[in-house]
Amino acid sequence: MVTLYRFTQRELRLLARQKADWLNPLLFFVIVLSLFPLGVGPEPNLLRIMAPGIVWIAALLSVLLAAERLFKDDYRNGVIEQLVAAQQPLLSFVLAKLITNWLSTGLPLVLLSPLVALLLNIDQASLVAMVFTLLLGTPLLSLLSVMGAALTVSADKGGILLALLILPLYIPLLIFASAAIEAASMALPYHGQLAIMLAMLLCAMALIPLAVISALKLNVS
Amino acid sequence: MRAILTVVDSQRLDIKPQPFHVSTAQPLLEGRELCCIRQDRVLFEQQNLVLRAGELLQVAGKNGAGKSSLLRILAGLAQPDEGAVYYRQQTLAQAGAGYAADLCYIGHQSGIHEQLTALENVSFWRTASGVAAADDFTLLAKLGLAGLEDIPCRMLSAGQQRRVALARLWFVKRQLWILDEPFTALDQGAIAMLQQHFLQHLQSGGAIVLTTHQPLQITYEALTTLELVYRW
Amino acid sequence: MFKWLHPYAKPETVYHLCGRLYPWLMALAVLLLLLGNIWGLAFTPPDYQQGDSYRIIHIHVPSAIMSMGTYSAMAIAAFTALVWQVKVAQWSVLALAPVGAVYTAIALITGMAWGKPMWGTWWVWDARLTSELILLFLYLGVIALSGAFSDRQTGAKAASLLAVIGVINLPVIHFSVEWWNTLHQGASITKFAKPSIDPSMLWPLLISILAFKILMLALLCLRLRNAILQNEQHRPWVKALAGGH
Repeated sequence: MVTLYRFTQRELRLLARQKADWLNPLLFFVIVLSLFPLGVGPEPNLLRIMAPGIVWIAALLSVLLAAERLFKDDYRNGVIEQLVAAQQPLLSFVLAKLITNWLSTGLPLVLLSPLVALLLNIDQASLVAMVFTLLLGTPLLSLLSVMGAALTVSADKGGILLALLILPLYIPLLIFASAAIEAASMALPYHGQLAIMLAMLLCAMALIPLAVISALKLNVS
Repeated sequence: MRAILTVVDSQRLDIKPQPFHVSTAQPLLEGRELCCIRQDRVLFEQQNLVLRAGELLQVAGKNGAGKSSLLRILAGLAQPDEGAVYYRQQTLAQAGAGYAADLCYIGHQSGIHEQLTALENVSFWRTASGVAAADDFTLLAKLGLAGLEDIPCRMLSAGQQRRVALARLWFVKRQLWILDEPFTALDQGAIAMLQQHFLQHLQSGGAIVLTTHQPLQITYEALTTLELVYRW
Repeated sequence: MFKWLHPYAKPETVYHLCGRLYPWLMALAVLLLLLGNIWGLAFTPPDYQQGDSYRIIHIHVPSAIMSMGTYSAMAIAAFTALVWQVKVAQWSVLALAPVGAVYTAIALITGMAWGKPMWGTWWVWDARLTSELILLFLYLGVIALSGAFSDRQTGAKAASLLAVIGVINLPVIHFSVEWWNTLHQGASITKFAKPSIDPSMLWPLLISILAFKILMLALLCLRLRNAILQNEQHRPWVKALAGGH
């Protein structure tokens, strides 16, 4: 526990020093959102219909973007190699990365959602649903992106490859999250979708840290 | 799976008895008929080595002869293509976390994050090695880094960064050190201090494997040199 | 318990085993392919609804089934590779991935070709076609990842891990796509393949499925042999093989 706390502290400190790492993806999120009305036209009803999909596609792209650099520095300067050799601290290290990744990319998206609702003409019921889906969904996005980043950390061509690997895995989340918002906009219950998202999140929380650890191990071997 | 189970062990580390358990009859680390192939080139094969407590093993050889690969195999990071590494008569797979808990590996890249200060880097490795926090200012001052504790490491010279990395050797309580090119970028004074520190570690029953191109200045009693021949 | 399996993890043994199996498997695959397809295309009655256009089923269904079959074979190999560190299993993953990707592509293309006369359009976001498309992405991901590392061994291991991750995700993806599909459009159009099939059409179809399966095994043998030679080229037994003949 102490190890996890210290490591999380270190990651947060690094984020505070490299602000571009988490600010740029957020900026990207807002810009992508504002591109959609420019592309499909400013018709409020059209935007309202498309909003769930737009928000979630923008969210998963920006989380993916943020994850790409996650392990790069620590890989390049040998921290990961030496942690793998030491074995014990590795799990705490991975968990710290996951927590800070969510804090720096997922949580801001939740906080930004009222702004998004304004931009895309989303009503209040949908906004509530959107906040819930983002709260449940962004940790899962972080988990999957961190796994992708760990898999490709020593690869020669990172960025595009990461997207190719991880985007297909996002599909279930995208489906259920946008369906929940859509249901809310039609005043239908959406507990079912949220429950499924929670189930997916819990499974991922159990399995993905292990996958990340083995991905890091094979990348330094 | 193992990682989860061993989190609990991290508290147990600092109460390891010091000096280390020494048995001259039993080799501490042993490589039997190791073979390593990288990118279709055989770096070495049928390579045997034995390291006992209190011994220093210097791995020498030209660039590209496979020194780092051998060290990575010994540290359990890479698998040998043939043969096996034994730690206290057990293969590394059998020894598992027990081996990792006795090992301090500092690789070619020093494990220093450029955005963090010397102090933060040292305390990161303290946490990672399961050692309680202590007075890092004194330690860094001893390593000639007084006044540089709070500067991000990217501002430090290569030699100073290396000193920050090697600071670990002064607080980890691990019997086996595996060091890849520890003297790189260090000045004469630092090299002498490091070698003196090696001597202390060996005398208290530790063991060291290192690679270096420079001749060692101190004559160690139990020094073995392993010359890896560059092969095509 | 699995002691008898151990010799089969040795690359040399596998190389020779594949060499012995390959001609038989390939001959059998070609024979069955010809039999199934000629029977299916020329000697079965036309469908009462779809006329002759349904005959593409003899390519479409076997390739669709084997696109998933190959993925599960690949995932089993990947699991073996990760847990027991068997190198031959790693190379099998890389050997199977392109085969599966091509099967998936065939299933997609024939599915589109079948969709044109049936649905009047080349592409419908039908649950099965969409799942198949995502499966193709997963295959391409495995192939891309295996080639992304300067060290071939790391690439093989990473691809194995991704294959295992993918197989855990596949059911989730499949069911969510199916659910999404029923949500957004009635299930009516996807139902037409469901009704029971006449035995006169079933037999050639089963033969074609078997043919695709054996073809996959034959291609696995062929590609695995190549991979073994490539990865073991400096071993004495390969040198003896190359020098001796």
